[in-house]
Amino acid sequence: VTVEAVARSMDAIVVDLEAALAPERVKHGAAYLSLYRRDASTMEGTAAVVCLPTSTDEVQACVRVANRHGVPFVARGSGTGLAGGAVPLDGSIVIALSKMDAIVSVDAVNRTAWVQPGVLNLDLSNRLAHLGLHFAPDPSSQQTCSIGGNVANNAGGPHCLAEGVTNAHILGMKVVLPDGSVTVLGGEEPEPPGYDLRGVFVGSEGMLGIATEVCVRLTQNYPAVRTMLMDFDRVEDGAATVSSIIAAGMVPAAIEMMDQLCLEAVEAYIHAGLPVGSAAALLVEVVGLGHELTTQVERVISIAEQHAVKTVRVAQDDVERALLWKGRKSAFGAIANIQPDYYLHDTVVPRSKLPEVLASIYEIAARHEIQVLNVFHAGDGNLHPLLVYDARVPGTVERVHAAGREIVEASVAAGGALSGEHGIGLEKRDYMGLMFSEVDLAAQNALRCAFDPEMRANPGKVLPSPATCAEINRVHLPEGAWI
Amino acid sequence: MDLTELAEEIGADGPVTIAGLATRGGPVDGVRPVMAPVGIDRFTPDEMTVQCGAGTPMEDLVGELAAFGQTVAIPPSGTVGGALAVGRSSIRRLGYGPVRDTLLQARYVNAAGQVVKAGGPTVKNVSGFDLCRLLVGSRGTLGFLGEVILRTRPIAAYEQWFISDTDPDTLLRDLYRPVAILWNGERSWVLLAGHPGDVDAQAAANGLVAADPPAKMPNGGRWSIPAREIRSLVGSGSFVAEVGIGIVHHEHPAPARPVDPVVAELHRRIKARFDPTGRLNPGVDVLAT
Repeated sequence: VTVEAVARSMDAIVVDLEAALAPERVKHGAAYLSLYRRDASTMEGTAAVVCLPTSTDEVQACVRVANRHGVPFVARGSGTGLAGGAVPLDGSIVIALSKMDAIVSVDAVNRTAWVQPGVLNLDLSNRLAHLGLHFAPDPSSQQTCSIGGNVANNAGGPHCLAEGVTNAHILGMKVVLPDGSVTVLGGEEPEPPGYDLRGVFVGSEGMLGIATEVCVRLTQNYPAVRTMLMDFDRVEDGAATVSSIIAAGMVPAAIEMMDQLCLEAVEAYIHAGLPVGSAAALLVEVVGLGHELTTQVERVISIAEQHAVKTVRVAQDDVERALLWKGRKSAFGAIANIQPDYYLHDTVVPRSKLPEVLASIYEIAARHEIQVLNVFHAGDGNLHPLLVYDARVPGTVERVHAAGREIVEASVAAGGALSGEHGIGLEKRDYMGLMFSEVDLAAQNALRCAFDPEMRANPGKVLPSPATCAEINRVHLPEGAWI
Repeated sequence: MDLTELAEEIGADGPVTIAGLATRGGPVDGVRPVMAPVGIDRFTPDEMTVQCGAGTPMEDLVGELAAFGQTVAIPPSGTVGGALAVGRSSIRRLGYGPVRDTLLQARYVNAAGQVVKAGGPTVKNVSGFDLCRLLVGSRGTLGFLGEVILRTRPIAAYEQWFISDTDPDTLLRDLYRPVAILWNGERSWVLLAGHPGDVDAQAAANGLVAADPPAKMPNGGRWSIPAREIRSLVGSGSFVAEVGIGIVHHEHPAPARPVDPVVAELHRRIKARFDPTGRLNPGVDVLAT
């Protein structure tokens, strides 16, 4: 295939897309395309053309153009993903859903809403605040990430400890499937007939189709909240406090942990009076009705005292609560004061293994001469080791990747998972073999091929060793099988 | 838990069906049955997870968990695997969530007789496609569950049923996190749980009167409708509806629900990929009920 032939075929794709949308919503200038080469990860690809549809019909039209020309497509929300899931490979058509940002309908009584995928996570909650409702998943990027992206990645956040991750808050979605057909998966009824296709679509990282309208479950706002900051001289004591709280039958709204390097960095950045002299601090939030709240605060403090807590600071008002949370959520901004670059992992380990895996992380980072900060969702064992570095120093990036791989291996070896909320994307695709056998991966591929036999929706992500769907069948199916 | 024996029994060819305690219809008639292993491998209260054989009776599981003040949001009858394969939630779904959110990891046997792992062992995990979602409610048509890891939850310190003549929408709006609200077209039953002081205070503020739960649910059919449509049930016969959810326990069979041809085609393609010869629970049509 010559350069001229590629250019001619690209021209033809642009012509078709401009006929399907409006020319001003089909972008193919070099400057524009470069904006869509990457997400919030460190990986890059190449976008052939960027479409900005405003309706399901237009998304369908884009997918049909991709099919007609035999090129892949990638759906994109706000581009805040950390695993390269929205990075366009192989000259994909990028279908950016940011203009589809309407709240279509709200049922305030039964607490559901149909929203378009480009609605931003925090905007949704803010726009429902007058109804006393919110959307529970609250990733750190909630000011900028979109509901469509949350669905694609099965997003989490601090308050998913008690409320569950995105999958528990999605009832259904209108989708454009990879072949261009449109349907609804799941829906407002509680037990739709057949397989839970809604459930498998959530977290499928754009590889099963594109959600163009999402039915979300909304959550009652909390009647009262108590937020506590507790610090410890030993990381193990903080971790043991987390396990003991859960073992005592409590599921607080959130339990977050920061280690000493993180506390120092954040304190230097926001001056919240954080306990910088301590090895670790826990941010524990309990919510609910009066008696339950008082009892839980007392029990949490008593458990922490059994594990040598140094000080307990209970936020006295909303201002102080917001300041403590700002401390937690400012970690990424604070890092810029230490080093110009960071690399973030997202593994999960059983809560009881937190001390041992944290010790491994410190050892691995020290051995590779990389600084590491830990700020994470301790309540559900979801680690976020932040490797901070300066990419301009030769050899550093290689050391960061080597350390990262060892951290992932240590987490999985401790009975954990590759990713708790960021997804696999491109970044961890080749780690999937640490957690899954060939047979396990063939089953995931079987699902993917049922939805997308041409492998056109966001190819090259999540599943390693890309093969054609026909080849996958040869591996997976018994002798004599027919399809 | 070793699933080799189950995998060998299932083998790679010939029709095969999975049997449990036959509380949800039982295995397919006239087809060679297999049974999943029984027993609790590992219960870790401080992880709020439990690992057990899919053939474990729910009664045994619930008893073991209760000793540590925990339970699981799965209806407490039949086997663990049967409850998951059918995927129907209990009347406490409003407060405790649906069955489908409890399954963290499954090891199942596929149509080729291989042991496959889906999901992961931790309470939070987004590594790869979530095949656990596909398995819950798939009625043994895609693979037979062998061993599962479930998310548990604490048993509330106190719970009480109440009765009320207040409009069910008002109850749903004003009560904080009720475990269940049931409505028969005339009156509502409310289940509250938590600290006794909070339960009593909510009851007093909303005019609830302590009572027994509804004695008998109509059992002619299990309807699934959008929660906002439950008022349309009035005059359709005797029913008890789950307010805020949309499950209706009705004296009459559920009306047939149209299935979008695109969804039906996806089902056909998934079945063809997972069980190309149609040997697993042959004849079971997940779209038919």
